[in-house]
Amino acid sequence: MQRKIFMLLAVAALVSSNGVISFAMPAAGSGAITGKVTYTGTPPKMKPIDMSKEPSCAKQHATPVSTENVATGPGNTLEFVVVYISAGDTGPSEPTAAVRYDQKGCQYLPHVLPMQVGQQLQIFNDDQTSHNIHPLAKVNQEWNKSQPAGSPPIDTKYDKPEFIPVKCNIHPWMHGYFVVLNTTHYSITGPDGAFSLKGLPAGKYTVTAWQEQYGTQTQDVTIGAGETKAIDFTFKALPY
Amino acid sequence: MGKLFAIVVTVIALVSAAFFAMHTWWLPVDISTTGPAVDHQLTETLIGTGVLFLAGQLLLGAFAWGSSGRSSDRKTKVFPGGAAPLVVAAILVVGVEIFTLTFVGSKVWGAIYLAPAEAGSLQIDVQAEQFAFYFRYPGPDGKFGAVHPDKIDDGSGNYFGLDPANDVAARDDVVVGSLVVPVNQPVALMLHSKDVGHSFYVRELRVQQDFVPGLDIPLHFTATQTGKFEIVCTQLCGLGHYNMKAYLQVMTPGDYTQWLKAQESQ
Repeated sequence: MQRKIFMLLAVAALVSSNGVISFAMPAAGSGAITGKVTYTGTPPKMKPIDMSKEPSCAKQHATPVSTENVATGPGNTLEFVVVYISAGDTGPSEPTAAVRYDQKGCQYLPHVLPMQVGQQLQIFNDDQTSHNIHPLAKVNQEWNKSQPAGSPPIDTKYDKPEFIPVKCNIHPWMHGYFVVLNTTHYSITGPDGAFSLKGLPAGKYTVTAWQEQYGTQTQDVTIGAGETKAIDFTFKALPY
Repeated sequence: MGKLFAIVVTVIALVSAAFFAMHTWWLPVDISTTGPAVDHQLTETLIGTGVLFLAGQLLLGAFAWGSSGRSSDRKTKVFPGGAAPLVVAAILVVGVEIFTLTFVGSKVWGAIYLAPAEAGSLQIDVQAEQFAFYFRYPGPDGKFGAVHPDKIDDGSGNYFGLDPANDVAARDDVVVGSLVVPVNQPVALMLHSKDVGHSFYVRELRVQQDFVPGLDIPLHFTATQTGKFEIVCTQLCGLGHYNMKAYLQVMTPGDYTQWLKAQESQ
C-alpha cells in the first residue's frame, strides 16, 4: 500500500516537472492561517481629493475619490492591511509572475502592493497625463522616474524587504505603498478585512499584520500538517 | 535696396502698432476692483512705449529712404563729440523712460499690494507645493489651526501640517484644492510655500504674487464677477511647473455659503 502511494507521488512529481505543480518546492504544505483585520474606536474621516487641475483624471471619477490611508469596510474591517509570515518561513522561493502597479485616474492601483524580494515589478501609466513616480525607499535604492502619457511600463525590482511609501512628484495627492517581503506567504485584505495565508507546512510561525498608519501587530501561531487556524487582528483607531 | 528696407521697416512698425490700437489680442476680462488701475497703467505704458517705438521705426525708415542711392564717399556725419556722448545721451533718454515707468508703475502697484486688506475680509490660507495649490478656510469656529511643517503628509491629505489630535482649532479647518470666494467680498490670502518659490497668478484678477519659502505673504483682492478662472504658477518651480494650477471660483454669496457648508460637513 505504502509503496503504491510512493509510486503515485513519484509519477505526480514527474508530471509536474514541467512546472505546473512542484513537489520539489521546500515550503510547500497544505496548512493555512486565515482571519480578519478589524479596528476598534473611530478611524479618521477620509478626505475627498480635488483633481480639478487634472481634468483627464477628474473625469474618470463620477464621485471624487478619497484618501485611502485608513480604508474601512462594513463591520469595522480594515482594507489594505498586509498580513504575512515574518518568522518561521523556510525562506522565499523564486518569485514567478511579475506584479503590476497602475497609475490610473491619478491614483495608484492597488493602493498597497505587496511583493517579494527580487520580484519583477511593472509600473504602468494608464493616464493621458505625465506622472513622476517616486518610491521613497530608505533601505533599497531610492529613485524617481518621469512617465509621460503613452510611455512603456517601468520595469524594476527591490532587493531588500521594506515598506516603501510611493508618491507622485507631479500630483501631490497620489499616494501608495510598496510592501517588499521576504516570504511567499502574504495576503492583503480587501474591503471585507479578510486574509488567508495558504500552502503552509506544519510549524511555528510569527504572523505580522501591517497597516500604513497603525503600524504592525504580530501573533505567534503553530499549525499542524494540513491544519487551518483562524486568527484575527484588531487595530486601535483614533479619529485624528 | 535702401528704399525697400525703408518700406519693410515702416510696414512692420505700422502693422504691429495696429494690432495694439485695434485691441486684436487684448487683455482678458477684468474681474477685480483693483484691475482698472492696473489696466490704466498698462495702457499708459503701452502708449508711451508704443509712441517711442513707432517714432524710432518711422525715423529709421525715413533716414533709410532719404539716404538710399547716395554715393558712399560722402562724408559721414558724426554725433557731436563722438561715440562717448552718444552713448551717454542714449543711456539718459532710455534711463529716463524706464525710471519714469518704474516710478509711476510702482505707485500703482504699491497702492494695491502694500495697502492693508479691508477690515472684515474673508481670510484664506494658501499653501503652494510642487505642483499644486491648496486653500484652507477656518471652518465654523472662525479660527485657523496652527501649522506644523513636520506634520505635513500629502498622502493623508494633510497639506498644511495641521495637528487635529492636539489642536481643537485645526479639526474643523476646511482644506480644498480650489479657491472659492463670494463675489464682491474682499478676500485676504496668506501665501505660504512648502518647498520652493511659486507664484499665484490670476489674469482676470490682475493679481500676481510670488510665494517665498519661509515667508508668509499677504495678498488681497475683491472679485466683481462670478465665474471660474484659472490660477497658475508663474514661477518656474520644477518638473511639473507646467501643470501647476488650480481654479478660482467666484460664486454668489448664497452659492458660496452652500458650498462652504457642504465642505464643512465632509
